[in-house]
Amino acid sequence: MESRITLQIDNRPVEVAPGTTVLDAAKGIGINIPSLCYMNLENMCITNLPASCRLCVVEVEGRRNLAPACATRCENGMKVKTSTLRVMNARKTVLELILSDHPKDCLICPKSGNCELQNLAVKLKIREIPFAGEQNSYTVETSPSLIRDMGKCIFCRRCEMMCNEVQTVGALGAVNRGFSSVISTAFNQPLGHSECTFCGQCVAVCPVGALTEMDHTNRLIDDLNNPEKTVIVQTAPAVRAALGEEFGLSAGTSVTGKMAAALRKLGFDKVFDTDFAADLTIMEEGTELLGRVSAFLKGDKSVRLPILTSCCPAWVNFFEYHFPDMLDIPSTARSPQQMFGAIAKTYWAEKMGIPRENLVVVSIMPCLAKKYECAREEFRVNGDPDVNYSISTRELASLIKRANIDFLRLSDEEFDRPLGESTGAGVIFGASGGVMEAALRTAYELYTGKKLEKVEFEAVRGLQHIKKATIDLNGTKLNVGIAHGLGNARKLLEEIRAGKSEFHAIEIMACPGGCIGGGGQPLHHGDSSLLKARSEALYREDAEKPLRKSHENPDIIKLYEEFLGEPMSEKAHHLLHTHYFCKK
Amino acid sequence: MSEIKLAENKVKELEKVCAEHGHQPGELINVLHKAQSIFGYLPREVQEIVACKLGIPVSKVYGVVTFYSFFTMTPKGEHPISVCMGTACYVRGAEKVLDEFKRALGLQVGETSADGKFSLSSLRCVGACGLAPVVLIGEKVYGRVVPGDVEKILKELN
Repeated sequence: MESRITLQIDNRPVEVAPGTTVLDAAKGIGINIPSLCYMNLENMCITNLPASCRLCVVEVEGRRNLAPACATRCENGMKVKTSTLRVMNARKTVLELILSDHPKDCLICPKSGNCELQNLAVKLKIREIPFAGEQNSYTVETSPSLIRDMGKCIFCRRCEMMCNEVQTVGALGAVNRGFSSVISTAFNQPLGHSECTFCGQCVAVCPVGALTEMDHTNRLIDDLNNPEKTVIVQTAPAVRAALGEEFGLSAGTSVTGKMAAALRKLGFDKVFDTDFAADLTIMEEGTELLGRVSAFLKGDKSVRLPILTSCCPAWVNFFEYHFPDMLDIPSTARSPQQMFGAIAKTYWAEKMGIPRENLVVVSIMPCLAKKYECAREEFRVNGDPDVNYSISTRELASLIKRANIDFLRLSDEEFDRPLGESTGAGVIFGASGGVMEAALRTAYELYTGKKLEKVEFEAVRGLQHIKKATIDLNGTKLNVGIAHGLGNARKLLEEIRAGKSEFHAIEIMACPGGCIGGGGQPLHHGDSSLLKARSEALYREDAEKPLRKSHENPDIIKLYEEFLGEPMSEKAHHLLHTHYFCKK
Repeated sequence: MSEIKLAENKVKELEKVCAEHGHQPGELINVLHKAQSIFGYLPREVQEIVACKLGIPVSKVYGVVTFYSFFTMTPKGEHPISVCMGTACYVRGAEKVLDEFKRALGLQVGETSADGKFSLSSLRCVGACGLAPVVLIGEKVYGRVVPGDVEKILKELN
């Protein structure tokens, strides 16, 4: 057994494991030392520790200077004071200095009410900023997904850590020095011309309003109030597991029924579900998977394995930029969002007799890259996008509040049919491993012709960085791998490039935890337990569904009978598949 | 940003430098030093080659280039003028000398004249404090410079 360290924090004895920081030790006994730059997503090995903001300073007996609690390791016999007058004054001065180079337009800032800097200013009761000095000023940069307003940056460098260490994208980094230091792309080029994948993880961790999403809610309000437009909505699986947090519900409370009710109240003509399209994705991607694996096992040397999932638009951007030599490996299946749009604007629109130009398809996504995906040229017909635009979980919550809808009092409602009908397989798309599990449920039955009794594949669930499983398809061993977070994805991709991959199929999601941890979700503010709770909510919803295999979805079966023919048919290829481009 | 065509032999030389440093990301600063001595400055295209060869994001290279004042992204003039702003030179009026160069050339620190003739920079101590204030032009050291000397010096070089 490893030795323990004993110390005193605010006169209370504490025992911790070696290596524990003063900040974490204090947290363990219920003392939350204010911090700003520090962020630790426990169990996910994601830590931001520049120790640069100095807000978490504490007094350590015997040391002349105050010590940053986030970067000070506990030592035997240490005596720490976390809230002496000296500490409180120092914290206040530090915050005043940070605020002296920060805009004071909090009232109209997109982050207002959800800003860590603002919360600290409240907590430390800042009433004036005595330091009048120079202020940095930067042009606000917009992209299809993100907005960068570097005048608000406090240089905590969380975004830089996410972009470089976790995602290994390398779009953002610190440039210049001293007062002109700023987080920037190379040569300060627009994000759209950089390596940025629009995963939005920088937005997910930004404590202030420096990085936010491109907001489409005003556009949506205009469309909803335009009598000539039919406006329909699709909601991604992960949204229902997190939306409640914005209304004070505990993480992991599933609000599917309330969400459907709220969307109807907002004025959408039809409330559909991306889960339907997730089931459709499994039909196409699963068939492609089985086709490629079967051909490979029969010795067809022209088939390349593993096949990679292609649901995640940030992941697509990532491999288009970093692995352009491997564009033939990912499945050609479009993402559920885009499959939904393509089917809504053909099959459903024709059925309902609605001309394409009068139909507005909106998606509610946990994701910011989806905004970019809607705008991709290949997903347009004569200039009209299949999905007009996408709004995030956060934007939906703000819209519900703005429309004065009392969300918590809404009675549960159902999705509309046919594009709202889904199975449990569609629901779990929102968690890392979910797409693979859904694909396995269908692939098993299609390949073996036997009924799959136990539909849960536990080995592919959870928050481990890379998950592996071998599935027995009637004697055929199928090796599957799952990675979430682009840094983990890169490892699997490099194995493939080196010819060392053991997998037949790989699922990749750009965001840590999968879509439940997406860049458009309610902010986790460094609490990774939220991600776990959200993913559990999705698996619970799956378990409660009467149908749990995509190929059993009655409206999917009907869609193939009435319209598409069969998976991978010519029509399906035209509407539901895509191709990739070298972005380097 | 307009694209610059880099001389092929210089690119080859740069690639050789990267190889000599084992394409190690940790060798970035050393590689950039040599790159700057090959090209005279570090334009975007050079940084992109270095990033690619060392297997690091170009944003990282750009971050290092903009952090250290030694590295420059603007080509130096035929006569690179550096005014020492070290303590000894400063107290003996280096700032006034620098201001006079700025005025006479119409340049700010870090800029190069349109005809490519002069570039202006400041540096910290060249170890000739006895001659303060010191101006370095190319390899040549000018000592005890006063603002009134500036016009004459520039005329000499023109």
